[in-house]
Amino acid sequence: MNFETTIGLEVHIELKTNSKIFSPSPVAYGADPNANTNVIDFGYPGVLPTTNKGVVADGIIAALALHATVEQHTHFDRKNYFYPDNPKAYQITQSDKPIGHDGWVEVDVDGVKKKIGISEMHIEEDAGKNTHERDYSYVDLNRQGTPLIEIVSKPDIASPAEAYAYLEALRQRIQFTGISDVKMEEGSMRVDVNISVRPVGQAKFGTKTELKNLNSFNYVQRGLEYEEKRQQQVLMSGGAVQQETRRFDEKTGETILMRVKAGADDYRYFPEPDLPALNISDDWIKELGDAMPEMPTKRRERYVNELGLTDYDAMVITQTKEMSDFFDATVALKADPKMAANYLQGDVNAYLNDNHVDLQATKLTPANLAGMINLISDGTISSKMAKKVFKAITNGEEPKAFVEKNGLVQLSDPAKLQPIIDDVLQSNPQSIEDFNNGKKRAVGFLVGQIMKQTHGQANPQVVNKLLMTALQQ
Amino acid sequence: MANRINRDQVQHVAGLAKLEFTDAQLDAFTPQLDDIIGLFETLSEVDTDGVEATSNVSDQLNVMREDVADNWGQSQALLKNAPDAARGFIKVPAIIDESEDN
Repeated sequence: MNFETTIGLEVHIELKTNSKIFSPSPVAYGADPNANTNVIDFGYPGVLPTTNKGVVADGIIAALALHATVEQHTHFDRKNYFYPDNPKAYQITQSDKPIGHDGWVEVDVDGVKKKIGISEMHIEEDAGKNTHERDYSYVDLNRQGTPLIEIVSKPDIASPAEAYAYLEALRQRIQFTGISDVKMEEGSMRVDVNISVRPVGQAKFGTKTELKNLNSFNYVQRGLEYEEKRQQQVLMSGGAVQQETRRFDEKTGETILMRVKAGADDYRYFPEPDLPALNISDDWIKELGDAMPEMPTKRRERYVNELGLTDYDAMVITQTKEMSDFFDATVALKADPKMAANYLQGDVNAYLNDNHVDLQATKLTPANLAGMINLISDGTISSKMAKKVFKAITNGEEPKAFVEKNGLVQLSDPAKLQPIIDDVLQSNPQSIEDFNNGKKRAVGFLVGQIMKQTHGQANPQVVNKLLMTALQQ
Repeated sequence: MANRINRDQVQHVAGLAKLEFTDAQLDAFTPQLDDIIGLFETLSEVDTDGVEATSNVSDQLNVMREDVADNWGQSQALLKNAPDAARGFIKVPAIIDESEDN
């Protein structure tokens, strides 16, 4: 039996606003428990929420970034449920008029391009956070009221690899808008998935299961792969898939039953009476759209078509807007694009990973990176010397000044190199004989000797050329 | 009784509101709720053809505040009304399973 898979993803993205969605309490991390709360966040009787304009703007920006239609007559709704981290016993969210609908992102899986639809996106408040100990649970409402945008895909995703690609495309586009850090490891991006399989040709969708505890894109893909196979096996052995919630176990790579879903949830949504509706003007949408930065797909096209980067290089450079902006600024200062891309993916990324920092938190500047690359391009320094220069520019030093101060100037003048080469050849007659007998290794040895004589400052290309000429005489 | 709501539905709604009723209470409340729904059905006598649905009875629109943070510094006072608190947290009976929802 052949199966087809249907996957739907719900992604929650935490918005990087100054204040909460319905109260002016600060949105900040690492504060003492409940320090960033007020009567509104606690849901005290008689308080009134007020909509944060910044959150509505972010919702519009997300809709535009994901090619969605902005719902210009929008409002909030109440979703009712009891839980200790939900002090009002309802969440203010959007149900019948979400801020954006019918969007899409394009993904590329193994060279095949596909548009994945987004059915809707809505803005809502986050809940507080519970910590569980043996006899009690502890509630911190700092996160209560933090703005979220929830993005719901259409059931267009046909494989776990496509799910991964969709998440990556979504993360990048949102990251470029600057409305969120979109980091799964920090909880600013959270993913819920559901998956069903059905025999090819069957019109009706199979029964879906939901997966929780997915803390990285990788786990999303692995959890879905496991679940896809499990459901196929259930169906092939004549069984029926149950509608249930399962947990992904990171250690074993398996999914484990959490609970069986009995009937649909009953949230009794109704329009939020405490908040007036919103009419979003064409002008506001235009203003926000005009201020949006160039999106990663456009940048990749430009990098490949105009700057000659490979698809892979372009992909790595557009992981974050900061990296891509840094690249653009470096190239604008006349640095060779290929070298700039190599340094960003190589030394710069290694430096960021080793120090666990984001690019914008370092002392690296496009001017200094471009300065260093230009010194390599014009032959002033070798790429080997550049290692030292790179270290210096991570400390904010100006590359040209550093090179001069440390005498790191490459020796490229044949008139100066020739006597050294002659010297080395004279002292190593055995190597010349070896070379004449076809032992190519002798060249390496001689170059090594010349580099030693020049304290590593000789230009390897020039040395090679002069040496070969001398040896072949 | 017009049967706009039955006993099972009343029990279901009570469960959603975390209320527990005795059989006698269910017997009493079911017709009462039925009457209340009946009262609201009066509204359906109004001709609403061509009238757009409204989400809010207030005539205000676009009431928003600028995204400026302001910590009112109330957390200590707020915790005083919590049933129990410890280390700045609200302390509640242990929550078993049930994952967080939003």
